[in-house]
Amino acid sequence: MITIFLLSCAGMIGVSEQRLIAGKKIAFERDKGNCLACHVIADGESPGNIGPVLSALSKRFNNKQLLRGQIWDATQFNPNTSMPPFGKNKIISEDEIDQLVDYLWSLE
Amino acid sequence: MWLNKKQSQGQRGKVKGLILSLALHLWPCALFADPLQDQFAFRDYYQQKFPHLKLEDYANGVYAIDAVAKQSWLAIEEFPPYEPAIEQGKALFETAFKNGSHYADCFPNQGIGIANDYPQWDSLHGEVVTLAGALNACRMRHQQKPMIDRDQDMVYLLAYLAFTSRGKAIHVVIPDDDPLALAAYEKGKAFYYQRRGQLNFACATCHVQNVGKRIRSELLSPSLGHTGGWPTYRLKWGEIGTLHRRFSECLEQIKAQEFPAQSVDYRNLEYFLGFMSNGIPITGPSTRK
Ligand code: HEC
Ligand code: HEC
Repeated sequence: MITIFLLSCAGMIGVSEQRLIAGKKIAFERDKGNCLACHVIADGESPGNIGPVLSALSKRFNNKQLLRGQIWDATQFNPNTSMPPFGKNKIISEDEIDQLVDYLWSLE
Repeated sequence: MWLNKKQSQGQRGKVKGLILSLALHLWPCALFADPLQDQFAFRDYYQQKFPHLKLEDYANGVYAIDAVAKQSWLAIEEFPPYEPAIEQGKALFETAFKNGSHYADCFPNQGIGIANDYPQWDSLHGEVVTLAGALNACRMRHQQKPMIDRDQDMVYLLAYLAFTSRGKAIHVVIPDDDPLALAAYEKGKAFYYQRRGQLNFACATCHVQNVGKRIRSELLSPSLGHTGGWPTYRLKWGEIGTLHRRFSECLEQIKAQEFPAQSVDYRNLEYFLGFMSNGIPITGPSTRK
């Protein structure tokens, strides 16, 4: 438990408030990630329910890289997934994915 | 069934050599097993998800599974925005061509109550014919230019013909004496299940896999019955439009290549969806968000 807690804290170090806001914007905006189309995310309006609630991801994924992989191309974990391959199909940029990962990692 | 489709087609020559009675039994089964099995599985899937729905309920699209939205839909249907389209369509349908002939002369039963028989297989040309295609073929036979799907006159004609067919069961036939018909059906089916576009969705990703779920605030409808309510007045369009226009909109949403209305791809897709929807009553013209 303690290590998990420490790890998730460690992940937060160096992530500015500004960057988290930028990541959130990418998750919410329809012409960016539009993650709300399928996921409930804290204070996101009219979310869909195709995917699971996005919360406490730092406990669900062992590290940020795995979380990034889920966003980059979800089909590598589940070939039948409904989740679009955001990185592989260049729906959003690599840099935007990184910002997204930092934001998601901060969610409780 | 001890022969699968591949084997049975490969043995076509041999089958001819078999005793007649055996061939008679084998042939229709071998050719029809697939679409009918598909249809059974397609319906069964939705039936499991929505056990309270009867087959005819699927005519109502998403409103069959969204009780709240259904109320406002029914309120709109009390003063239907497509009513003028039916009137205009009737007038157009009854206007003679320059040579004195009418659309009615091109259709069985003078064109009344026939929309549920489309799309059809045309063995002569080896292609699927939609009702819009049949209207255009009629026009050309009488020296009139064909109309595009977006032409409101075409939409009005379709609205009128659908209106005269309301309540009649969709009746799409894959003739057993033409393997090209089955091939067209198979292409339509493949299109439906093929993932495509930047978002990597198939039609089935939304309308089968995630049916009944919400994508943002939109509830996803079953594809069963998808061909029955057209043309449709969409509040979003602010006018009445065709099924093929709706196909394009779904493809646009997933940033996939769109095809022209009445293209072979869309006609085959409509053939597949129509066959899946057999027995469901025509409700067109209809209204949707
Ligand atoms: C069209 C639907 C859809 C969209 C859009 C979508 N997802 Fe997903 N997502 C899913 C589904 C379904 C799953 C469940 C696992 C699977 O099928 O891969 C999932 C799983 C996840 C998971 C794993 C959650 C867990 O607890 O295992 C993460 C993280 C995730 N999505 C993040 C995102 C982000 C970030 C975006 C936007 C950039 C996004 N998703 C957009 C459908 C979607
Ligand atoms: C990203 C999700 C998505 C994909 C992929 C998708 N659709 Fe749709 N479709 C919708 C939504 C949302 C609606 C509007 C709500 C409803 O009726 O389901 C809709 C509506 C429709 C309708 C109108 C139904 C009615 O009763 O008015 C048809 C027909 C249709 N889709 C066919 C298709 C076909 C064919 C494909 C593939 C070429 C496809 N859709 C792909 C989301 C999708």
